[in-house]
Amino acid sequence: MADESFLTDDFLRQLINVGEVDILVGVPTHNNAKTVGAIVETIQAGILKFFPRERAAIINADGGSRDGTPELVVSAAIDDAQRSSRLYTLRTLHSISTQYASSPARGTALRTILAAAELLRAKACVVISPESTQITTDWLTTLLRPIYKEEFDLVLPTYSRHRFDGILLTNLLYPMTRALYGLEIREPYALEFAFSGRLGSQFLAQNAWHDETARAGSETQFTLTAIAGGYRICQSFLGTKEHVERRSADLVPAMRQTVGALFSSLEPNFSLWNTRTGSQPIPTTGSEREFNLEPLRVNRKRLREMFSTGVAELESVFQAILYPSTLAELQRIARLEEVRFRYSAELWVKTVYEFAAAYHRSVISRDHVIQALAPLFRGRVFTFLVENRNGSAADVEGNIEGLCLEFERMKPYLLEIWNGRE
Amino acid sequence: MREMIISELTQAMQELTKGFAHILPRIIVLVIIGFVGWVVAYFLKVFLRSILRLIKFDKLSENAGASQLLTKAALPSATELLSRFAFWMAWVGFILLGVSVLGILGLQEQIAKFFLFLPRLFVALCTMFVGLLGASFFSRAALLAAVNANLPSPRLLSVSIRTIIIIFVLSMVFEEVGVAEQTMLVAFGIAFGALMLGLAIAFGMGGRDLAQRFLERRFVRGKKEENEDELSPL
Repeated sequence: MADESFLTDDFLRQLINVGEVDILVGVPTHNNAKTVGAIVETIQAGILKFFPRERAAIINADGGSRDGTPELVVSAAIDDAQRSSRLYTLRTLHSISTQYASSPARGTALRTILAAAELLRAKACVVISPESTQITTDWLTTLLRPIYKEEFDLVLPTYSRHRFDGILLTNLLYPMTRALYGLEIREPYALEFAFSGRLGSQFLAQNAWHDETARAGSETQFTLTAIAGGYRICQSFLGTKEHVERRSADLVPAMRQTVGALFSSLEPNFSLWNTRTGSQPIPTTGSEREFNLEPLRVNRKRLREMFSTGVAELESVFQAILYPSTLAELQRIARLEEVRFRYSAELWVKTVYEFAAAYHRSVISRDHVIQALAPLFRGRVFTFLVENRNGSAADVEGNIEGLCLEFERMKPYLLEIWNGRE
Repeated sequence: MREMIISELTQAMQELTKGFAHILPRIIVLVIIGFVGWVVAYFLKVFLRSILRLIKFDKLSENAGASQLLTKAALPSATELLSRFAFWMAWVGFILLGVSVLGILGLQEQIAKFFLFLPRLFVALCTMFVGLLGASFFSRAALLAAVNANLPSPRLLSVSIRTIIIIFVLSMVFEEVGVAEQTMLVAFGIAFGALMLGLAIAFGMGGRDLAQRFLERRFVRGKKEENEDELSPL
């Protein structure tokens, strides 16, 4: 049984009033008043349409919204959904909102949802992002049915995306997770996913919630826990994921959430990944991935400049992390003109593996290791953009597949440097 | 006359013998204390070295930038240096304890002063080590943040932070060991004040445009940043 002391008395009282449920939908929010109402209505309609006989609850874990988000979740009346869909539930559908903190923290939000799922003994749970405005009622069945009917433990999404979106996933997270753990999981970091009650309970009990790094990367850790625990994992295609414009400042937090979590998982799971070779596809419903090829204005020049500045300014940091030959090669390409610049897949994989080993050996603060990777990643992004500028969907897919194979081919290199070379 | 000389000589010899007999046991005690001290100090050195190796103290020292300083000064590693320091401190302490047994006037007061000074020296050394560690950590954090935020002159910012922390730490260390307290305090005040004034003038004179751009970016909403990546990493 997990520790529920962090849940408020009022929230616990509401959960006790609900009793037990079959399906739980978790919606972590923070100032999402613009979108959350419509999303909750779609969720309700989805439950009415596909799970009318199941006991269900929507749990909103809010990180101190000041725009009335929790009120919108609670007030989203089931009657409206019933009227618009002309479907009726045979059970009560509960909507509960709780404020877990005065500032947003995705890890704590997930912990709150997991604790609620455990207390309500939910058989199947799904987490929906409040920013997913493209949600349809089908998402509920696409994500939940494999858990509820086919006894899978984790359902991760696949999307139709712009070819340059999710670039950290395509250039690092997916290929490295695949190479190390041997499973072809396209979205190891997902904002929409479904899981079984037993996986949720294990993660709730196992994750180091008091550790800032573990909390920050809890979504990625969740996937990695499922892999390490040998749980049944599948993927379901959800449709189009909208392009969201990001600022360059978003990259480091994104790397902490994903790359930090992946690197920190390598130590406890060493015996699992050091023997695996190659990779296997996992059961997938619908398309594995589709690419949108619309043109997109990207400031490539700035990416390359930030790479070159990073290599020059962070030399002392890289000396502690990278091997001299790798650093010398990076310094060489940093001096090249834009037209001749190319951060090859081999050099990128070598760089990432050396960073992973440095993270393991804690050559400097682990958070600094992750931060130091950001400027180098920008260099790799530049090359990826140039290589796929005029490419078709198949070309982009081929490029990503090539990178994955490079990560798999060079896995022995990671094992060689894992504890440092003599 | 002859008898008188013999008597005086005998008395002097007797006093010398008596004095020697009086001091000899103390010298033996001094030698024994010195020997026991050496054995204790040796085991302390071995024990401390093992503990420091266990906690990877050399790695910490490397991160703090202390190892580089030691290498430049042709000194052994931080672990070895600290172990040897503990050895000599312990042995010298025992020897001084033995010397105090001799009962030489005035020496006991100096020995007491020395023992009172030891904790301050230890605190000063710890302050310096933690200070160097902090200076290294915060300057690196500033460097990484500045590079990732694409700020101009990240290394200058990092070095400035490191210098300020080291100056601050050195003033604390000197104050702790009581070396030129007033001078150090005044010197630190002048150096810190001059640095801040210099930075303020530099920013005011040379960074007006930068400050304007920064404030605009920070507070004028709706104006789209030109330098956006426009790529979603996740």
